[in-house]
Amino acid sequence: MTMHQRQLDLRSGCVDLSHGAGGRAMAQLISGLFHEAFGNGWLARGNDQSAFDVAAGRMVMTTDGYVVSPLFFPGGDIGSLAVHGTVNDIAMAGARPLYLSASFIIEEGFRFADLKRIADSMGEAARAAGVPIITGDTKVVERGKADGVFISTAGVGVLPDGLDLSADKARPGDRVLLSGSLGDHGVAIMSKRQNLTFDTEIVSDSASLHGLVADMVAAGGHGLRLMRDPTRGGLAATMNEIAQQSNLGFRLQEDAIPVKPAVAAACELLGLDPLNVANEGKLIAVVSPDVAGAVLAAMKAHPLGRDAADIGEAVADDHRFVQMATSFGGGRIVDWLSGEQLPRIC
Amino acid sequence: MKYADEYRDKELAMGLARAIRAKAESGKAYRFMEFCGGHTHAIARYGLEDMLPDNVRMIHGPGCPVCVLPAGRIDMAIALAERSEVVLCVYGDLMRVPGSRGSSLLRAKARGADVRMVYSTLDAIALAEQNPGREVVFFAIGFETTTPPTAVMVRLADKKQLANFSVFCNHVLTPPAMRAILDSENPVEIDGFVGPAHVSTVIGTAPYEPFARDDGKPVVIAGFEPLDMMQAILMLIEQVNDGRHEVENQYRRAVTGSGNRRAIDEMAEIFELRDQFEWRGLGSIPSSALKLRPAFAHLDAELRFAMSELVVADNPACECPAILRGVKKPVDCRLFGNACTPETPVGSCMVSSEGACAAHWTYGRFRDHQRRLAS
Repeated sequence: MTMHQRQLDLRSGCVDLSHGAGGRAMAQLISGLFHEAFGNGWLARGNDQSAFDVAAGRMVMTTDGYVVSPLFFPGGDIGSLAVHGTVNDIAMAGARPLYLSASFIIEEGFRFADLKRIADSMGEAARAAGVPIITGDTKVVERGKADGVFISTAGVGVLPDGLDLSADKARPGDRVLLSGSLGDHGVAIMSKRQNLTFDTEIVSDSASLHGLVADMVAAGGHGLRLMRDPTRGGLAATMNEIAQQSNLGFRLQEDAIPVKPAVAAACELLGLDPLNVANEGKLIAVVSPDVAGAVLAAMKAHPLGRDAADIGEAVADDHRFVQMATSFGGGRIVDWLSGEQLPRIC
Repeated sequence: MKYADEYRDKELAMGLARAIRAKAESGKAYRFMEFCGGHTHAIARYGLEDMLPDNVRMIHGPGCPVCVLPAGRIDMAIALAERSEVVLCVYGDLMRVPGSRGSSLLRAKARGADVRMVYSTLDAIALAEQNPGREVVFFAIGFETTTPPTAVMVRLADKKQLANFSVFCNHVLTPPAMRAILDSENPVEIDGFVGPAHVSTVIGTAPYEPFARDDGKPVVIAGFEPLDMMQAILMLIEQVNDGRHEVENQYRRAVTGSGNRRAIDEMAEIFELRDQFEWRGLGSIPSSALKLRPAFAHLDAELRFAMSELVVADNPACECPAILRGVKKPVDCRLFGNACTPETPVGSCMVSSEGACAAHWTYGRFRDHQRRLAS
């Protein structure tokens, strides 16, 4: 006997506690909204997990949580971001991402229309990346206990034989390559933050980078030492992280680092440094000097690496300083961000 | 970027650097204090030290409003924020300023105090209107630059008859601080001042005349862009070489002799001088800070909440007082880079990005290593 199920009111309805209680309402939410958006054979089987074939090679696994505010921003939303971010974490190993999981923590009262928009965007990003979301989880918490919706994703991928990217592989003289302009995501988010709304044409750079990475691996092979995506903390945090892990210093050229004029202007206004601002569709690669030219050319040939640049080199330095020759002619350190990036008084 | 890149042109900078090297007479020391934290930040961020000859030395002054706020005033703000009825609105970089015993507004917020970061005084007014059941207090801080927006806010709150709004006023004045530096015991040797930029857009150049005329110290008002700084340094060197001591205005695109009349009048109508005010590093300075006039006493948080003045001793190992007077450099402090870093600031100079210690730590500390290697 088929049970009668009331359709979700996707236009004006909202999530309530029953949608996380494990009963019919929850099943309806999962099948009517998430399965609809992510649509694939694994989910359709309705199991608590999904089985998949394991490809030859070393497996890569990652997990990440997304708590972005606002949930929708120019160039993306928390859903597509959750896919891109996890795909990129897999890709930074040089690996091919295969599958994702998605876990939602939803606040009571969250509108179905917004949840659908997020899920649709997530499904579209996963399909575009060719990385299906094959398992997931849904929890609903009381009003006030979450900021709308939090998403956790995990991903698995497979690494080509012999490729082992790691910061301890970097050597003095290696080149530092950056795939494009800095700060687009952070400025797009800030432009929509409460109390800070400003008009800008800048949209988030949120994107899945595994296609770009595949081209880089093909061009650079074992000359690739490591890759990182400079997300929170921006280029500055990522370079310092690499310096600590590789036990090397880095010398960067400010002139060579691409920053869009609108991003630079917004940062000037707010007293922020674009080197500290978050990115969601950029990568940094440290590569041996003999393959740097070929890898850079491969990056420039890919749509997501059009503005790629060689921005500096690794140097022997016990202090592990990330130094930068300023475009003005002086020198400075590029340091980690201290605490939260806070606007100055005057 | 229009109106920014023009002031960061490498070729012009190289030209100015050559002119500075040509004019700075060997065997002579040129010691200039840049008053503003914004100047300190620009020197560090653009690596200007690398472009100056060894006998031209910049001394970091006390012109960072966060750095000169004493721990007692932070403790007062924390006590206020911990009252259940209060929403305390602050500018972002105040959040991490250390009060006594390692406290800060950021930590008070984590413990449950309702501290909100705002970007403008109007945000605070809006919060008061949106929360009629709460007491919204604006933590006003800054030199003459940020005082006019506070004055506008007070006027607006008064006009709107906001019953749940008040101001914890900590505005301080530039000329008394410069006077305190020159008159302090064992003052640092200064051959001239790079005068405040944004402050001077409000008060003009006239208030600096006594330092040039009576103290014989050249003053060049300069903007915050690196080319502004380089040009101001060259102008100061020329004054020293010529034996002149005048107030010159490098920042003519924004600063006039008499300042912004409307802003000055508005400040005068809303605020009056405090008899004394405690400055971190400079001690108590008479007539150096502002409070609300009696006509606006109903908007004065110190009266409304019967706040009592707290004076707490700074960490005795912290050299912020000497650094703020230009007597010592950040590396002269044994806490620098050890107990005191931007993540764990002990003294206020490490908190704001405009503070001398934070600027040196964030942008310049590789030079200490280079100097050690060279020596």
